[in-house]
This record gives sequence, structure tokens and C-alpha cells, in this order.
Amino acid sequence: MSLSIIKPGLLDTIQDMGRHGYSHWGINPGGVMDRYAAQVANMLVGNLVSEAVIEIHFPGAQILFNQNALISITGADFSPSLNDQPLPLWQPIVVRKNTVLQFPKLNSGSVCYISIHGGICADKWLGSYSTNLKATAGGLSGRQLKKNDEIFFKENAIYFAGLLKEDVNLQVLPWRADVKNVYQFPNEIFIIKGNEWEELNGNSQYDFLENNFIIHPSSDRMGYQLRGNGLQLNHPFELISSGVHFGTIQLLPDGQLIVLMADHQTTGGYPRIAHVISSHLPKLAQLRPSDCLQFRLVDIQLAEEIFFQQQKDLQILERACQDHLNATVC
Amino acid sequence: MDLHYKIYPLGDAAACIDLGNIIDEDINRKIIAIQSWLHSNPFEGLKDIVIAYASISVYYDPLITKKRTHFQSTVFEFIRQKLEAAFSNSTTIDENDKKVIRIPVCYSDEFAIDINFISSKKQISREEIIHLHTSKTYRVYMIGFLPGFSYLGQVDEKLIIPRKKKPITVAAGSVGIAGSQTGVYPLACPGGWQIIGRTPMKFFDSKATLPVMMNAGDHVQFYEISRDEFENHISTQKSKIEE
Repeated sequence: MSLSIIKPGLLDTIQDMGRHGYSHWGINPGGVMDRYAAQVANMLVGNLVSEAVIEIHFPGAQILFNQNALISITGADFSPSLNDQPLPLWQPIVVRKNTVLQFPKLNSGSVCYISIHGGICADKWLGSYSTNLKATAGGLSGRQLKKNDEIFFKENAIYFAGLLKEDVNLQVLPWRADVKNVYQFPNEIFIIKGNEWEELNGNSQYDFLENNFIIHPSSDRMGYQLRGNGLQLNHPFELISSGVHFGTIQLLPDGQLIVLMADHQTTGGYPRIAHVISSHLPKLAQLRPSDCLQFRLVDIQLAEEIFFQQQKDLQILERACQDHLNATVC
Repeated sequence: MDLHYKIYPLGDAAACIDLGNIIDEDINRKIIAIQSWLHSNPFEGLKDIVIAYASISVYYDPLITKKRTHFQSTVFEFIRQKLEAAFSNSTTIDENDKKVIRIPVCYSDEFAIDINFISSKKQISREEIIHLHTSKTYRVYMIGFLPGFSYLGQVDEKLIIPRKKKPITVAAGSVGIAGSQTGVYPLACPGGWQIIGRTPMKFFDSKATLPVMMNAGDHVQFYEISRDEFENHISTQKSKIEE
């Protein structure tokens, strides 16, 4: 049971929810950029949320399915099509053997996810399938997907081939995940203050909360470089290396900001001005170079409350997906 | 030593206990003691721990940890109390009996690309640099930045030198100095430390059962090897892989 890469994309990698427990060795957790989209992708095809997915950037890979498969595509809209037939996002789809999935046009967003029922077989390193490009380990031999790569997926637990009518290449199953709560107001990013917030001078604190910042093209999985009014500390100082997190916003020596993303290093030596709240990381991950964003200050209590609500919604969604799949394939 | 701490969130899924913005052996030993206490007394939802010079950060799943918070208004408050307990109840261990890990280094010209710069800047000879670098036992303060990149301190004050303004590509195994720290690049990458030699020893091996051979708190000493010995080390490693 496999798929093949006919034409590689800019950066396609196998990822899961990350490699935790080894940061004290400098082995960063990595994992998917948009955890929400990746989890929903797995839920839609009846997988555990911990299964590996393929993370696709634009331009995306061209993929040949070597067998029938139950898949879903979530996250960014890169106009997915199967043998030129458009595919919807956020829905489970049965695809026929020997069809080709392509992503011909960027409509919106930055990363999309393909999940496959049964889950992807990949190299597990220190408990995770996530690809660590620096360490060249995990995923598919620790590297991005190349032409002729064959990715295997595991056995089906449910029989979905019967859903594929004769003479059609695909069958979209009639339910869609409603995710608008997560991605609405895409340019408004909630943050809590970082430890070094107090070191910013008053004008800069004001600028940080009032101004727009633009995502620079040099942004990548390690961090989103922002451009805006230069910010300044009250007094220049050297910060010794200390802990950071996915979503930590650092002030660089030139006065510009960087937001650490999924592949951030385990420690950092720049002032930590603020941290993006966990539940806003998915929509942040979907912003692209030349998109702008504005920061809104919240306290830790609100940050936690929004997170718990989002998790609750995910649990409800997971149950709904299971119920629909069970009803459809029985 | 009277230690003070500050506890703050790193977002809503991580928190840090911070003992100051200084590189100090006593503080670092306390950090390692806190790590040890947390290992023996983990809390539900704890996913990862990062040790830095003078701080330790914990990464957790707030949804899992929430099940254990009874009276606290936020999960962060629960974590704060845990970190306070870790600070109060952890005991620093005596490191004097620690085994010293010996690291072979070849300081030959082709590897020691910045040794002449240090020599002229600090007005000391190459031989003096090698002697000073190899005669001290260093502590591993932390491992970060890359898998297996160990920050070792502190070098003799005659060797203290700032890092480069612009990083250049350094080979795996490059031994460098920046500030009062010395360290080894486990992988080829852009690096800003002043490079004085190269070690054939692998500081990071993704295929090994223990991918990183060191931990914060370990003691390390460098010793000089010749170019030939360096080659021998490399070919021994290669033939081990081929077996």
C-alpha cells in the first residue's frame, strides 16, 4: 500500500506531533507547523491524531496513488486536484489506484497536510516520525521528499473501496470539518508578555502592540522573520542562552522580530519579548510572506481558556468523524 | 551561595525557572539539581525539559496537567508551585568525583582555522593556546542550539575571545571558543565560534542508542592528537560501521 512522488515540491516532509523528551540534548521537537490542521486531517480518515502526515509547502509535490486510498487534505488551499478533478479540503475522500494528486495553484495559506487512512510508515527516531532535517533522522531518511520516493501506508482497518463507484476516480464522503473558529481573523495574533518585555522601551512596547508587521520571504520552518518599525531596548544587554518555545517572539540586534516556529532550536540568546498563544499558532503557521499581522495582548488565563475550548472542539470533531465513518462503511 | 529565582511562562504550554542572567558554576549545578528532582517527581503532562546556563524550562500539555490542578486558577500557577518545590527540595550534588570524559583534538593548521587570529589578538603563541585549552577540566553547562552541541566552561581568561560577527560554514567536529566557553560543533553548519581544532569523536550520532554522549553537569578534558592519529580514529569509526 503506497504512494509515489512523481514530482517533488519545494519542501514536502513527513511530520507528526513532534519528538518530545530530548530537548536537553539539543534535539529539537520539530513536528508539524499547523497542529490543528494535521490533527483534523487524521481524524477525518479515522486515524489516531499521532499518526504521521505529509506536510506540503507551495509549490507542492505531484503524487501517484499506487492503491486505492482514503485520504484527506487540510490546511492551506493549493487547489488540490486528482487527475485534474478539483478536490475539497477538510473532507475525507476515497481515491482510486493510479490517480495523480496535484496542487496547481496557491489560493491561500502556507502549509497543507495529506493524511492517509491507516497512517504512514516512516522512520521512527526517538519515538517520533517527524523529519529532523538538521540531524538527518526521522520521516523518510531524515530528508524532504524527492522524485520516485515511495511512501508506504499501513493496512486498512475499514473497508472503504466499496464506496468508490465504477467509472469514477474519487468519492468525496459527505461531511466536512468546520474549522472557521480557528482560522478567522487570520492577521490578529494573541500573545502573552515575555520575560524581557520590560526591557523594551515604552515607545517600542506601544509599537509592538499597535503596528502591523509583515512576514518576510526569508521565513521558514525555523522562524518567521517579521519586518516593521525597529524596536529598542531601554539598555542594550546580552542575554545568555535560555529556553524558548514554538511561538516565542525574539528581538534581534537590528531591532526586528522573529517568531520561532516548529523547527526552532531548543535554546535562544535573544530577548523574548512575547509568546504567541498555542491556539493561535495554527493560523500564524498559515500566514505567508507579505501577509501582515498585529499582536493583541492577553493574559495567561485567557490564553489557557481559549486553548481548552479549542481542544474541546477537537474532541467533539473527532467523535463526529468516527461516528460518520462507522455509519458509512459498516 | 544565596540563590534567587524568577518563574515565568514561555507561552501557555511552557514555563521557566530562572536563576539569573549569568554564567556561574554554582547556579548551573543548582539547575542540574532541579532537573534531577523533576525527573524523580514529574507532573502529569510534562513533555520535555530544557537546561540552560542559569535556567530550566518545562514544556507541558496544559490539557493533561489541568486534570491535576485543583485550587489553582491557571495551569501555569500549578506549574509555578511545582517549580518552587523543585527549587526548595532539590539538593546540589558534589561533582568532585565525576569521571572526566576525554576528548581527542587535532590542532593542526588545516583544522585550526582561527588559531592564528587568537594568537595575534591575545598575544600568545599557538603552543600556549593548545596548552591552555588542554590543561583544564571543563563542565558541560548545557546542550543546545544543535543536537549534541555542548557548552563547556570556563576557558582560561587568556583564551577568552568574542565570536565572529559573521558565521561561516564549519565542519562537523570543529572545536571552538566564544566568550569564556568552548565547545564542539556536532554537525557541519554555519558557526560563529573561533575554531582552533577538530575532534574525530562523534558528539551526535542519530544511529546510536544514546545519540548524544554527554549531559549537562559532565566533566570534560581535551587532549592533543596528531594528524595521523586523527586519521586513525576516523578509519576505525568507518570500519566499525562497515562491520
